Amino acid sequence: MSQVIRVGMADLNVCKSPDTIITLGLGSCIGLTFYDPVSKIGGMVHYMLPDSTQMRNNSNIAKFADTGIDELLKRVIRAGANRNCLVAKIAGGAKMFEVSGVSNVGNIGERNAIAAKQKLKQLRIRLVAEDTGLNYGRTVELHCDTGEFYIKSVGKPLKII
Amino acid sequence: MGKFSLEDVNNMYVDVLREIGNIGAGNATTAIASMLGLRIDMNVPKVELMDASKLGSAICPEDEIIVGIFLEVQTDIEGSMMFLLKMGSAQYLVNKLMMRDADYKAEFDEMDLSALKEIGNIIAASYLSALSGMTRLTITPSIPYIAVDMAASILSVPAIQFGQFGDNALLIETEFGDDVMIDGYFILMPEQDSYDKILTALGLSM
Repeated sequence: MSQVIRVGMADLNVCKSPDTIITLGLGSCIGLTFYDPVSKIGGMVHYMLPDSTQMRNNSNIAKFADTGIDELLKRVIRAGANRNCLVAKIAGGAKMFEVSGVSNVGNIGERNAIAAKQKLKQLRIRLVAEDTGLNYGRTVELHCDTGEFYIKSVGKPLKII
Repeated sequence: MGKFSLEDVNNMYVDVLREIGNIGAGNATTAIASMLGLRIDMNVPKVELMDASKLGSAICPEDEIIVGIFLEVQTDIEGSMMFLLKMGSAQYLVNKLMMRDADYKAEFDEMDLSALKEIGNIIAASYLSALSGMTRLTITPSIPYIAVDMAASILSVPAIQFGQFGDNALLIETEFGDDVMIDGYFILMPEQDSYDKILTALGLSM
């Protein structure tokens, strides 16, 4: 029997085939997954903010792109994934409200997505697929048996990347 | 950056927010009642201080669809606020406003969304005018923005706002209605410096 592992906001976890790891209702946050297609081991982090170094209070490492992605990498390797085989996928980073003002509410999703790309480049892990931006929420699932990343949104067909 | 952190929020501050919520919700329901021609009762608002990363599931399951109305506030206090309604409550209010049968149910069209924005506008403005009256600070709201989507997606917006300067968030729940009770939720998100201003204006400087 395969299991479903839930990842909450500012949270991360690892997952092995035949299990699935999911996070519900990504808004401006990002769900980033690592997956090793050989060992079929993967993991997901659901982070809220792009950069822990800008924050006074940064004790929760899964809350930030930089520290969260580092920790996820550590955890999937510890679980048995081969670093050289790892590929990454990202989803989320939506702009939930069409705010026109100057506050950072408008572009936090975009900044979160950029932070993932910068971090992956630095780690030299290939980003193979993404579904980011726009103005709607996403529920995402990484199926560790196939490495497929399912994206479910309200009133939209299932998207597999 | 101010010295204030939400971790330092004390009971007195929560009481003050509850009182602001109470007066604000009172103003708001009076405004809505007169708009819809209803007699409306309301309960004392509940103010809850919670972990920001738990906001996504604070009012209903994370993937339940809700309505979120978002406004930016400026002038003396900088920040933003949100008003949230569950689908049932939103549909009920829209039906009242559009003079439909109470049990009418359909996906919201442009007119419905516009009606909801107006409800959000009135509620937010009433709430802010209570805050403004108590603090004697000038607070100007922007036009309302609306989203109908999964609770966790909508609540990621305030979670991120609070997450920028701490781990806690304040959620205010109000209940009002006539025969059907409506659950509404307020989230006020001042920028860090504005917290100090609100507290100082209320004589609660930390």
